[in-house]
Amino acid sequence: MAIHFTLNGKPEMVNVNPDMPLLWVLRDTLNMTGTKFGCGMALCGACTVHINGDAIRSCVTPISAIAGKSVTTIEGLSADRSHPVQRAWIEIDVPQCGYCQSGQIMTASALLAKTPKPTDAQIDDAMTGNICRCGTYPRIRKAIHRASELHTASAKPAGASADDAPLADSVLAGGAE
Amino acid sequence: MSATTPLDRRSFLKTGIAGATGLVIGFYLPGRREVLAAAPAATPAVLNAWVHISPDDKVTILISKSEMGQGVETSLAMLAAEELGCDWKRINTEFAPADKVYYDPAFGMQGTGGSQSIHSCWEPMRKAGATAREMLIGAAAQKWGVDASECRAENGAIIHTATKRRATFGSLAEAAAQIPQPKDVKLKDPSQFTIVGKPTKRLDTPKKVNGTAEFGIDVRRPGMLHASVEHCPVFGGKVASFDATKAKAIPGVKDVIQIPTGIAVVADNTWTAFQGRKALDIKWDEGPNAAVSSASIRKSFQDACETPGVVSRKEGDAAAALASAAQKIEAVYEAPYQAHATMEPMNGTADVRADGVDLWVPTQFQTPSQGIAAGIAGVKPESVKVHTTYLGGGFGRRGWSDFVAESTIVSKAMGTPVQVTWTREDDTQHDYYRPASYIKMSAGLGADGKPTAFTARVACDSIMSWFFPGSITNGLDSSSVEGVSDIGYDIPNILVDYHLMKGPIPMGFWRSVGASQNGFFSEGFVDELAAAAKKDPYEFRRDLLAKQPRLLGVLNLAAQKAGWGTPLAKGRFRGIACLEAFSTYAAEVVEISIDKDGTVNVHRVVAALDCGRVINPDTAEGQVSGAIVYGITAALKTEITIDRGRVVQTNFDTNPMLRMNEVPKIEVYFVPSEETPTGLGEPAVPPVAPAIGNAIFAATGKRLRRLPFKPEDIA
Repeated sequence: MAIHFTLNGKPEMVNVNPDMPLLWVLRDTLNMTGTKFGCGMALCGACTVHINGDAIRSCVTPISAIAGKSVTTIEGLSADRSHPVQRAWIEIDVPQCGYCQSGQIMTASALLAKTPKPTDAQIDDAMTGNICRCGTYPRIRKAIHRASELHTASAKPAGASADDAPLADSVLAGGAE
Repeated sequence: MSATTPLDRRSFLKTGIAGATGLVIGFYLPGRREVLAAAPAATPAVLNAWVHISPDDKVTILISKSEMGQGVETSLAMLAAEELGCDWKRINTEFAPADKVYYDPAFGMQGTGGSQSIHSCWEPMRKAGATAREMLIGAAAQKWGVDASECRAENGAIIHTATKRRATFGSLAEAAAQIPQPKDVKLKDPSQFTIVGKPTKRLDTPKKVNGTAEFGIDVRRPGMLHASVEHCPVFGGKVASFDATKAKAIPGVKDVIQIPTGIAVVADNTWTAFQGRKALDIKWDEGPNAAVSSASIRKSFQDACETPGVVSRKEGDAAAALASAAQKIEAVYEAPYQAHATMEPMNGTADVRADGVDLWVPTQFQTPSQGIAAGIAGVKPESVKVHTTYLGGGFGRRGWSDFVAESTIVSKAMGTPVQVTWTREDDTQHDYYRPASYIKMSAGLGADGKPTAFTARVACDSIMSWFFPGSITNGLDSSSVEGVSDIGYDIPNILVDYHLMKGPIPMGFWRSVGASQNGFFSEGFVDELAAAAKKDPYEFRRDLLAKQPRLLGVLNLAAQKAGWGTPLAKGRFRGIACLEAFSTYAAEVVEISIDKDGTVNVHRVVAALDCGRVINPDTAEGQVSGAIVYGITAALKTEITIDRGRVVQTNFDTNPMLRMNEVPKIEVYFVPSEETPTGLGEPAVPPVAPAIGNAIFAATGKRLRRLPFKPEDIA
């Protein structure tokens, strides 16, 4: 079945079983392996992507459910690691093994898009669905606060960029979803 | 020192390690065979490090260890770069192929574990950097017709100090490669270090924030098929019969094949392979273990402890000292099986051809991976090229090569590259687990409250019986008793004996290995002795550690930083524990509160470590902090239980990991030290559980002697 959607700002079409989870369409059909398989049951958050700006678990989202929608993956968060969350992750050196970090970053960026200055409690609420077995949680928390500062400091006029992969600030504002 | 060995670049290229022209340097220990010889056969040559410099000034450090989060890619490169005099910003790394030259002398093979990487590589990596530097200087001196002693390396170039002539590493690399490797290179005095000891950004972070880091599960090869294997749920069971008709009818399923570990469904994508597994109709022969349960295993351990075991430590006369003690304390402690639960489920990718095999695997142990694939494919080990990817967590699990074997078997059967991917349920139910253990301890206290005797009898699943039976002598698996047999307190009479247990549940190395449970046992029990002696738990330990200055050092530092003895907020309680593991010393103080329903909240953990010289303070802090999170998970949340011969837990709902909202404030302090560095991946795990248990005692007066601590045991 042909399914059309927007992937990282560009039109995409796949012809697959409509029940196939978005995760596996990304990883195996489109060879976009930045989004990770961790549990298959929406228990760990490693597979988190944005659908129309919301952080969702792609491992339990059938591809049929995203027809006509806009998907952003870790590969599309920025073209050059310039998204404030990525910059903060680099500055704080968050990852250890790194396997969960795509999901952590996608959840954190969705949080900041809606809550630009999250409290620790809001970070807990948003991030509790994402497991990090290396235990990088303290740095994740620190980096989310830092990304919040970076976003505020580098805020650009809305609509400053449009074409290719969505740029940092527009994603933070949810504009490119 | 190593023999002077002209570099044979052709034989190097034959090994297929790197194709570019330039300088490639290996450093060897005395008496080992020649560098870079193709197909080494006799005594393994031990290569400690590699430096590769291409004409465009790119410096590549080959990393012989697996990067599974511990930051070893960065810290090993730092060691070589420190001596090389290169521009750190131009450093590149590559994971080394499987080759005898990369063996870790501590293991006699190529592998990563035992918190060993920094300790093993500390000198050889610096020597490799220094050797390369001297060869580059030699090439520059020849070129300029000056004495080598007049030249120095700085920022990726050799400089003739007097004339300020300058040549980049890349421009000298080809000539330097022709220069014999110098003997006895001089290493920097540590006071001159500019990289080692400085907080240094991880080299892998940029790849791990945009999805480009390649883990095993991310490997994609032309023509690659995806497979997944249905394993017998019962350990030791096998396929009696199966019907693949429905599975084969699923569009995208390419084949269904029986392999030694189960039934493999091969498909054009992973999800279809998973779907195919669900459609299989398999009748299992559950074998002899179908009635095994956690209770039956526990009973076998209890029964074993009724009689003396193999003695692992004996000092003085513990029985006599116990008989005459003013006070005698006895306790039984227990620990369950634990799964590793790496975030990246087990997987492997193999391409088996008539002429050899390529493996792309997230492995901790390259040498066994290579050997196992060679055996399956029917080729020589050197015909198996191991491409080590990033590991999405290891914690010891990826020391086993079962996922390598499965991918090799299925690729061989299919005649195409195949990636085998496990589900989370496979990963939880078919791990090589942290052993369960049962221990009976007793101690005698003198009238002054000081211990006069300590005895421990351990019944524990033996890891080495699974992994390397040849290492067991006289029935003693030292991994089962480490952390209790080597108890560091000054006690004159000690007797520790051991029963080696070998059941059907597969055993493996789990972050901090034997110390992970034995640290809980010994440090929980010592806390009981302090209580019996009516002494403060910190002061009681301190007074018994006069002969252990480094352990005492971390204990004092943790107590001081945690404000031990100072008033706490209402409802908060402290616990303390300390242990040496892998030659690193760790002490931790936890602060907890307990809800009415018995739920334990950990609010603060203060850790003090002495690992000798710290190479990269930034990743060092991360390892300790992460190990504490790992330890809290095992202390409060997880256990693997057995029913009807199979693992009860399946996914993260039944094997729950610590999450963001449960993570305490963690503070990490290092004892300033110039001692030879030791590892940090594991040693911060063992003190966590006893410190929490000791805090629960401080809060409730209840002594919990069985992991994990459950609310119903506390409320």
